[in-house]
Amino acid sequence: MAVSTRLREIDHFTWEIPMDAQAGMRVPGIIFADRQLLERAENDRALQQVMNVAHLPGIVKASFAMPDIHWGYGFPIGGVAATDLERGVVSPGGVGFDISCGVRLLKTSLVLADVHDRLDALMDEINRLIPKGLGAKGGRIILSRREMEGLLEKGTRELIARGIGWEEDLEVMEEEGSYPGADPSKVSDRAFERGKGQVGSLGSGNHFVEIQEVDEVYGSADQLGLFQGQVVIMIHSGSRGLGHQVCTDYLVVMGKSIARSGYELPDRQLAFAGNQSEEGRDYIAAMACGANFAMANREAMTHWVRDAFEKVFRSGARSLGMELLYDVSHNLAKPEEHQVNGNTVGLMVHRKGATRSFPGRRPEVPKRYAEAGQPVIIPGSMGSNSYVLVGTEEALAKSFGSTCHGAGRAMSRKAAKKQVRGAELVERMREKGILVRSGSISGLVEEAPEAYKDIHEIVEVCEGAGLSRKVARMRPLGVLKG
Amino acid sequence: MMSLMIEAEGVEQRERVRIEAGGIDLEALLVAWLSEILFRVEAEGWAFGDFQVDEISDTSVSGSGIGERLDPEKHGVKMEIKAATYHMLEVGEKDGHWSAQVIFDV
Repeated sequence: MAVSTRLREIDHFTWEIPMDAQAGMRVPGIIFADRQLLERAENDRALQQVMNVAHLPGIVKASFAMPDIHWGYGFPIGGVAATDLERGVVSPGGVGFDISCGVRLLKTSLVLADVHDRLDALMDEINRLIPKGLGAKGGRIILSRREMEGLLEKGTRELIARGIGWEEDLEVMEEEGSYPGADPSKVSDRAFERGKGQVGSLGSGNHFVEIQEVDEVYGSADQLGLFQGQVVIMIHSGSRGLGHQVCTDYLVVMGKSIARSGYELPDRQLAFAGNQSEEGRDYIAAMACGANFAMANREAMTHWVRDAFEKVFRSGARSLGMELLYDVSHNLAKPEEHQVNGNTVGLMVHRKGATRSFPGRRPEVPKRYAEAGQPVIIPGSMGSNSYVLVGTEEALAKSFGSTCHGAGRAMSRKAAKKQVRGAELVERMREKGILVRSGSISGLVEEAPEAYKDIHEIVEVCEGAGLSRKVARMRPLGVLKG
Repeated sequence: MMSLMIEAEGVEQRERVRIEAGGIDLEALLVAWLSEILFRVEAEGWAFGDFQVDEISDTSVSGSGIGERLDPEKHGVKMEIKAATYHMLEVGEKDGHWSAQVIFDV
């Protein structure tokens, strides 16, 4: 609450926390939000975290917060911070426990009328084919240690070589499915063990596979191969136990270093190491492995979704038009070049619960999206709309090319469990025409729509602030949760 | 933590699994201990109904988890836990009792 008097309104969608709001801040905080979202952020201490992030050595320009901001571990969720690649630091809290939690969208040439009577069959088949939830058993892809190392180092290409996924998918994945510099020797045995049985599995919590219908299109839909009434499939998942363990491991490593140096952290979850230090480089190489694991997992699930459609429609996935639109992370740190005060600077850009949102001319964006801009895929919470957006020039100028990632939580899981009944929720979904398959009913209840902020408001604020542009809106038809 | 993941009351005490952890201070030690247990559950497939601490200092702990092999049908899986975090972490002694507050990323 003490923050609000220090907040300076820059424009309708942009607020500043000045550097002198808290001792130790090296840059101001910049929050992209409308008044309503801002009040919510203040209430849950997320703004305190925005200020804490501003302490990071080598941080450049500002500690940013996206409209879907809410409190997280160290960094707020919806936090963006770029540090100088030479002199600045990397912080696992700025990536998150779920390294490269991300989302992808699979197109089809089908419309609702085509799938309507087969939705149950499709959901049953997808439920059958995709392993999910707690327990190492039930993994469909069993890899030896060496094969895992290959997967972590080279990324999705390794799966495609085994006949899982399509070669052409790589072109529309970040880093073409292979984050450079991945070094499996920097990943602990513990992380390998946790990840071993989970290749291609769906996490619990807010992860899902969802069949959707495009119910509204805006500009650029054509250029992305999207159309009104199209059936699409969204997959939201991350790096599973492997990523979680990598983060846990490096928080310990960096925590020890920092304790030795005597530096005082505002928050232990904000432990860091120099981008060019041994620990920093090790973490980045391990994080890259986590990213490769996450992308490969989403590719495996894509493969099985295509299998499910092939079985139900008795037709090849290619003839059903099941191409990948894009795969993008919302928990990742990337080395990128940006303009700062007229100079080209190398930065480590942390986006935690935030999505890269580049204009088409950036070299990182696939050639086919050069005109439209980089697709940004925004998963809605259960039962609500999802969106496809594209990145913009303005995002580059304002937030190092970053935008929101989805609707942040408005209610804790505990509160949701108190207020929502599982059977009633499933029935409510069914009344809206949404089929639900889930690994856990109590997990489902925590994902009730009322537990989340309004996705429309968030997407509108991102557009109002110029960080991204709407391309299409989707509504759910069937959802599989872990 | 166990009761967040499964129905811990239903776990039979059949086997004992040695668990050890170390940390730079008491708070880090607690997170390390919980992280180790989480690893045993998730990666090695154990369900624990009880724990025993044999030795403990400010920077190291050893003991065991008592339970049986994790069986999702029998133990009723509720949710996965990503990690024990340092967020709002508190460990301390008050009036002769030890208590701790830990927030888990789920």
